Amino acid sequence: MDLKTVDLIVDRYQEKRTTLISILHDVQDRYKYLPSEALRVVASRLRMDINEVYGVATFYKSFTLVPQGKHSITLCLGTACHVRGGPKILRELKSLLHIEPGQTTPDKQFSLNVVNCLGVCAIGPVIMVDQKFYGEMTPIKAKKIIEKLNYKPSGVKS
Amino acid sequence: MRKVKSLKDLEKWREDILLKQKRHEMIISVCGGTGCQAYDCQSVKDAFQKELIKKKKLKEKVALKVTGCPGFCERGPLVTILPQNIFYQKVKPEDVSEIISKTIQNGKKVERLLFEDSGAKQKLTSANEIPFYRSQMRVLLSRNDLIDPTHIEDYLAVGGYQSLTKALFKMEPTAIIEEIKTSGLRGRGGAGYPTGKKWEDCKKAPGSPKYVICNCDEGDPGAFMDRALMEGNPHSVLEGMLIGAYAIGASQGYIYVRHEYPLAHKNAEIAVQQARKAGLLGKDILGSGFNFDVEISKGGGAFVCGESTALIASIEGRVGEPRSKQIHTVQQGLWGKPTNLNNVETWANVPLIIEKGSKWFSSIGTEKSKGTKIFSLVGKVKNTGLVEVPMGITLQKIIFDIGGGQQNGKKIKAVQTGGPSGGCIPASLFHLPVDFDSLTQAGSMMGSGGMIVMDEGTCMVDVAKYFVHFLQEESCGKCLPCREGLKRMGEILDNITEGKGDGESLALLEDLSEVVADTSLCGLGKTAPNPVLSALRYFRSEFEAHIHQKRCPAGVCTPLIQYSITKKCTGCGACAKICPTQAIEGKKKQIHHILAELCSKCGSCKDVCKAEAVMIQ
Amino acid sequence: MKRETVNITIDGRLLEVEQGTTVLQAGRQFGIHIPTMCFMEHLTPYGGCRICVVEITNNGSKPFVDTACTYEVKEGLVVQTQTPRIIRARKMLAELLVASAPNVKIAQDIAARMGLLKVRFPMEDNRCVLCGLCIRMCYEQMDGRALGFAGRGMDRKVSMPFEVRPDTCRLCRGCDFVCPGVVVPCHGVKDPGEFCGKCVRLEEIPNCCEFGTFGCFCEHNPL
Repeated sequence: MDLKTVDLIVDRYQEKRTTLISILHDVQDRYKYLPSEALRVVASRLRMDINEVYGVATFYKSFTLVPQGKHSITLCLGTACHVRGGPKILRELKSLLHIEPGQTTPDKQFSLNVVNCLGVCAIGPVIMVDQKFYGEMTPIKAKKIIEKLNYKPSGVKS
Repeated sequence: MRKVKSLKDLEKWREDILLKQKRHEMIISVCGGTGCQAYDCQSVKDAFQKELIKKKKLKEKVALKVTGCPGFCERGPLVTILPQNIFYQKVKPEDVSEIISKTIQNGKKVERLLFEDSGAKQKLTSANEIPFYRSQMRVLLSRNDLIDPTHIEDYLAVGGYQSLTKALFKMEPTAIIEEIKTSGLRGRGGAGYPTGKKWEDCKKAPGSPKYVICNCDEGDPGAFMDRALMEGNPHSVLEGMLIGAYAIGASQGYIYVRHEYPLAHKNAEIAVQQARKAGLLGKDILGSGFNFDVEISKGGGAFVCGESTALIASIEGRVGEPRSKQIHTVQQGLWGKPTNLNNVETWANVPLIIEKGSKWFSSIGTEKSKGTKIFSLVGKVKNTGLVEVPMGITLQKIIFDIGGGQQNGKKIKAVQTGGPSGGCIPASLFHLPVDFDSLTQAGSMMGSGGMIVMDEGTCMVDVAKYFVHFLQEESCGKCLPCREGLKRMGEILDNITEGKGDGESLALLEDLSEVVADTSLCGLGKTAPNPVLSALRYFRSEFEAHIHQKRCPAGVCTPLIQYSITKKCTGCGACAKICPTQAIEGKKKQIHHILAELCSKCGSCKDVCKAEAVMIQ
Repeated sequence: MKRETVNITIDGRLLEVEQGTTVLQAGRQFGIHIPTMCFMEHLTPYGGCRICVVEITNNGSKPFVDTACTYEVKEGLVVQTQTPRIIRARKMLAELLVASAPNVKIAQDIAARMGLLKVRFPMEDNRCVLCGLCIRMCYEQMDGRALGFAGRGMDRKVSMPFEVRPDTCRLCRGCDFVCPGVVVPCHGVKDPGEFCGKCVRLEEIPNCCEFGTFGCFCEHNPL
């Protein structure tokens, strides 16, 4: 595994312990998850116990130690989205992708996550697909978005 | 961009900016907040840019800005034309050329893009004519449509950083703290601790260096006030922190932005970098001898990190575990040093108080709750968005006058305030004023400002269950009552919503709630039972219906409801086609029928039925 | 050099204790017993189990509840260890503990001490009560730096990094020594009348692992 990027990321943050979470985010953006080798490099560069870094990596929900799929679908289950029918969207996504939140489809195309509030409450229910926000979702709209992604050839930016 | 080393430099720069801006006869302000981004405001902005490039003469006279969130997200994309103050909503890229030709070039309004007041059936031109905005008192959010958050020049043009110069050169640190104390400003994060006193305690605390922190974690689901402020006007927060740090004697600041707010994080970073380049952050700011710099810290997806000791642990690179508040953070906070932590909205109020004076600030609001507060009004109400109003305004006014009342013909039943630490307030108590103390007596609290309106179609047992499950997930897990107690509370509520509750359930729930509230280590656990207890207090009958009659009056809890088709059915067959379990049968043009054993209660049939023939019982 | 002392009241008794002592330590010095679970002498207090909660009034403040093991004494502190509020809280905490880990003897001990007769929650069978003693022992006394908490909330557990025993672990068994789930074993709930007596026959090898190995951290029983 090429770990040079990890060193570059830590360099960029000047080995400051206060930037640990930002470092882990950048590492995850690059590798699509947090590989154990990368975490060991981060721990040694920041002069922290690997235990502490492992604890941080498993404590915060935005990190995953398991490789993610090509498209990440994040559904907001904040209160406003909940009263506007968020759980219905979750049911639809679960039945379309046949996975539970926190899992990735076997063909590694989609990862499903739920999050507690994206801050776009006025237009709930909201889902975020690959950093793009979609508001006022219904189960039918959610299905259309998934279908669109499924049929795009892998080279095209979705 | 310029580097300013003295007060004179700064004022000269400001003069030059204003002169440059005079060239512009008109400003097209496109909202770039996350809400409008979800409606693709980027394409609207690109369309404007294309048109302006085509019409070169216009480009010199018309400024195009991507600005901060004005708070009316459901009508996005929002475009404001200044100085005429024309407010266009739901603008699409296809509308842009018409806006340019009609409004910009010929001064006429594009009627169909204006807001229509459904009551008076009249088109309204400016934002402040719209009922949603009319009753608001927009002090913090007022300049969002003039400021491009990625251009420090815009902030300077509206008078930004003048309060900083006043504080640095015309006031002593103790005088600044006195001014904040006299103003009556109380923390906007939810606890409402007097800000001036906090600053004073931090200043007096022994130890160095001292730190100031801005809490932009905003974990309360349903709240997005801090997002709008941080995305739209990050310099106002920065200026507040500068003034506070100077008053307290701090040399380093941190802005902690939650991971789920990528745009707020980006704009905060840009603001800090620009302020640094301009010489407004760093060493010897404006030649005053004051050193201060800011680092942006990112959250990792943990609601508990909104709690001050957990937030500090997170900045230190540790897990977000709260600690006992026996020793306050102003005495020993970040790295054990005196630390002053305030919410985004609290910091944003500081430059205004220094500019306009504590007398002005304390003239707004009630005796114990001064100033304005931004609320996020969301849920089952007609107009959703950010509402900035003076403290002491009634719930009735916010929900009905500003919010426009019920939607979809369902009566409003309650409003949830204070997020997972608060509770629900029934419609019968909507005459209560909203401030730090009044709602607490009713069993809720004002909290950070989230207001989630609920109607007849909301099941209060389901809401209580929702909050408990939310807190279960967000609990750090250190202490037994929160970790195990919330789990068991969740089990009891699950049972009730599945029709498995019994006569003992409520008593056990209440017993458990009291112990969790008493013995938990931090605020999360201590306030966790509030949503449950307030739901029980005002909507006990709903709980009892679930337990004794195995019925969900609001028609939400799936194991207890049944979908059926009424005589209104036209036989169009849309429901049968969409049903994922093929549970609907019927012949064309004849009343259709749902097979209860196959029905998954997904509700898709109700969504597609144009005749409104699907009923939940 | 005599350290400064403060005067506090515990359960009506006026006591003079050194500054820097916790309420729990002060109580123990004078024979006032406050039940604990995650506390152990010579390890830093954790305040996680909340069993040692007491009602405290700090110079006229409203009485509040906090853990005795972490609260440092102050002049004029008034502490109550047996108020109805506290008894009720400890009883409920014991009930939660037993419902989570009925086969861990300390859970049963605390429940018995609280006079708990009925557990109203569905029972689970966790063998770890997340007291964190093993972690503190590993870091503070044995310098093994091999154990830590991972995960969050209900998924919190004691773990080694990536579930692999690191090189710094010297198999000192300090973790087993302090674990309330291992030190005095319990072989599960017996039928009424039966008494296995393991808790009194301490000369037998204490373990709760069916493979007979000492302690919990082996390949057969990963955490």
